[in-house]
Amino acid sequence: MSTTIGQKTARIALVGKPNVGKSTLFNALTGSNQKIGNYPGVTVEIAKGSYCVQGRVVECIDVPGLYSLRAMSEDESVALRVLQGGDEPVDLYVIVMDAGSMERCLFLYSQVAELGKPIIVALTMTDVAPNLDLEALAARLGVPVVPVVAHKNEGLKELQDTIERTLESPVVPDIELGFPERVRLAIQRLVEFKQAPNIHTLRLWLLREEEPPRHISDDFRAALTELREDLLGANLSGKVLDSQTRYAWAASVRKQVEPATTSPMQSRTDRIDRILTHRVWGLLIFAALMYLVFQSIYTLATPLMDGIETAMGALSDGVSPLLAGSPLVHDLVIDGVIGGVGGVLVFLPQIMILFFFIAVLEGTGYLARAAFLMDRLLGWCGLNGRAFIPLLSSYACAIPGVMAARVMPDPKARLATILVAPLMSCSARLPVYVLLIGVFIEPKYGTAVAGLTLFIMHLLGLAVAVPVAWILNRGVLKGPRLPFLLEFPRYQWPRWRDVLATMGNKAKTFVTTAGTVILAMTILIWAALYFPQSSSSDAQAAFSRLSTQQQEVTSLETFEAQYQLEQSFLGRFGRAVAPAFEPAGFDWRLTTSLVAAFPAREVVVGAMSVIFGMGEGEDSKELRTALATATRPDGTPLMNLGNALSMMVFFALCCQCLTTVATIQAETKSAKWAWFAFGYMTVLAYLFAIVTYQLFRGVA
Amino acid sequence: MPLSFQDLPVGRDARINELGNASDRLHELGLTPGTIIRLVRVAPFGDPVEIEVRGARLCLRRSEASGIRVSLVE
Ligand SMILES: Nc1nc2c(ncn2[C@@H]2O[C@H](COP(=O)(O)OP(=O)(O)OP(=O)(O)O)[C@@H](O)[C@H]2O)c(=O)[nH]1
Ligand SMILES: [Mg+2]
Repeated sequence: MSTTIGQKTARIALVGKPNVGKSTLFNALTGSNQKIGNYPGVTVEIAKGSYCVQGRVVECIDVPGLYSLRAMSEDESVALRVLQGGDEPVDLYVIVMDAGSMERCLFLYSQVAELGKPIIVALTMTDVAPNLDLEALAARLGVPVVPVVAHKNEGLKELQDTIERTLESPVVPDIELGFPERVRLAIQRLVEFKQAPNIHTLRLWLLREEEPPRHISDDFRAALTELREDLLGANLSGKVLDSQTRYAWAASVRKQVEPATTSPMQSRTDRIDRILTHRVWGLLIFAALMYLVFQSIYTLATPLMDGIETAMGALSDGVSPLLAGSPLVHDLVIDGVIGGVGGVLVFLPQIMILFFFIAVLEGTGYLARAAFLMDRLLGWCGLNGRAFIPLLSSYACAIPGVMAARVMPDPKARLATILVAPLMSCSARLPVYVLLIGVFIEPKYGTAVAGLTLFIMHLLGLAVAVPVAWILNRGVLKGPRLPFLLEFPRYQWPRWRDVLATMGNKAKTFVTTAGTVILAMTILIWAALYFPQSSSSDAQAAFSRLSTQQQEVTSLETFEAQYQLEQSFLGRFGRAVAPAFEPAGFDWRLTTSLVAAFPAREVVVGAMSVIFGMGEGEDSKELRTALATATRPDGTPLMNLGNALSMMVFFALCCQCLTTVATIQAETKSAKWAWFAFGYMTVLAYLFAIVTYQLFRGVA
Repeated sequence: MPLSFQDLPVGRDARINELGNASDRLHELGLTPGTIIRLVRVAPFGDPVEIEVRGARLCLRRSEASGIRVSLVE
């Protein structure tokens, strides 16, 4: 503990089993906004925050959950590093225990208690779990126990007071776990040595789970070797003995502090599971649920979307006369800023509805059941049910999805999951689907087909991911089938405040991106289309040349606008690369929009708004109308079902997100894998787009 | 009567006799010798399974617990 000019500081870490409520407590203590969800493995990275009471600044660390002090996956290694001292020493460990899951929490406690550090216990879920005898529990644990219900702000004050008291006079627990007498005596003897580490480490050495390092002194090593031989001879060795003893202790504590009734929470969860994980109903409900999600994203958002569109139109009409004096600024603001950014903002309702559903699924505990249902379908290709949660997270955004793969114990399964995660259709793809479905599918085939198409687009990535993972596992990663273990959470109502917070956060991120990255990109695109300005006489010459050859021509004004686009920097570039995308049905305008979206796919709608908006000349229409009426040079409609679908497929499969590539590199510690993911996805997207166009181009 | 975890019928309590080659994570989650477990249900395609152990529900694949030997308790 250090003291700066009259102000005391301290560092505490919240540790415990997965899904006990550490992050909920962390958020309540520090006012942070860490992600919360009702399944194990939500937090995979350390988070820091702080609070200040009684003149002391307490820095808190939120730690990923762990089951024991043996890390089997990356998130557990992160947690273990904090417990082993890490880079920054921790003054006090707050062990967070779930009152409804005592034995596994006590098991972990018994291990952490042997690290020789000050500890207090925060007991969560006291609002839903049976009432425990808290005094008896504190007596058995040898440390203070404070019940909290963090999301209702209950018990926080008491917890902070206890933290303060314990920081002033630290309590290191000394508990009797009931190891066999011989083991106990052996530990007792080893502790005498000056260089003896904490009891936990001694036990690992003694029970032959770990070898001591080379640098220990000779007499210590001699004593250790003798005791190990002795224990081995008495058949008292190994990891199982360790777990067995600790669980016997945990069971005795639980029996003493917990009333002997069956928990009503568990029976409620059981009744729900009888239906939701049923062989037939379970699968049907799962499929129906997923369909419902996408159908409602489509239908619920439409009125809101129209509202935003109308507002943008009014804004544009209002601003337009003010800028009439300067044509350059007028075009930049109307076509570039309002057209581009506004074109993207229209999709805010869909994004928020998607995140509403994701937050609800995460909050109830259904996600773990979905993993249970899906394991066999994903398992054969080398992914496993554990991969389902990172993959589902990727439907929101691939970046947390790639990071969530840390929970997978097997490095190969983790890598395979990371490499296919960006194939899942993230929320940034949603605008493209909604736009194209709205223009080319809904008017002809109705909302049911529109919703279905949206659902299929979201399935496509998953359907492609399975064979890709199979090939990766067969050819590239080569490994045996992987273990899959998952603790089922109890069902809970989602906490609506958390759900709203998630939606609000995502909306903020989306609007911020629109106001920064997308704004910058659309202005760039606008400029590259605006310059160099072709002279009006050139355009008129070309126009008259064309009108003499062809009967059917557009107005001179529209022609001039088109001519300008084609002669611009970006137009020339687009027409140079367009032939490569011709087999997928894209002309230079669509190709340019696609290419502009490679750094971040959100850009595409903005880019299309600018490109198609400018092409209309003075009376620029909103993007949907512009797309529906755009024509090729020969006068035929530019877009039809064929290239609308191929465009969606391209977006579904392509890795148009530099941040994802960077995250893959950070998580795999390899640039090779990052570019591999980028490369294979781009190739797949290109090929699938061509096939789609060739299949559907004839459909009228 | 001792039997393998693979053959455990749904809904019956059984006591763990030995762990075989099961992953360390299993005993750390409470599947230690002597513990009573119960197969609660089986996933739609036959695997994985849900078991109850020490008041919690775990989902695991049959193959990963194949080394575990149990005996049914009446
Ligand atoms: N009823 C009740 N629910 C709680 C309480 N504390 C947390 N929860 C819920 O428990 C679930 C898990 O909470 P988290 O805070 O994400 O748990 P965690 O320990 O951080 O989980 P990991 O990061 O996965 O290790 C969420 O659904 C919370 O809303 C509590 O005191 N009472
Ligand atoms: Mg957490």
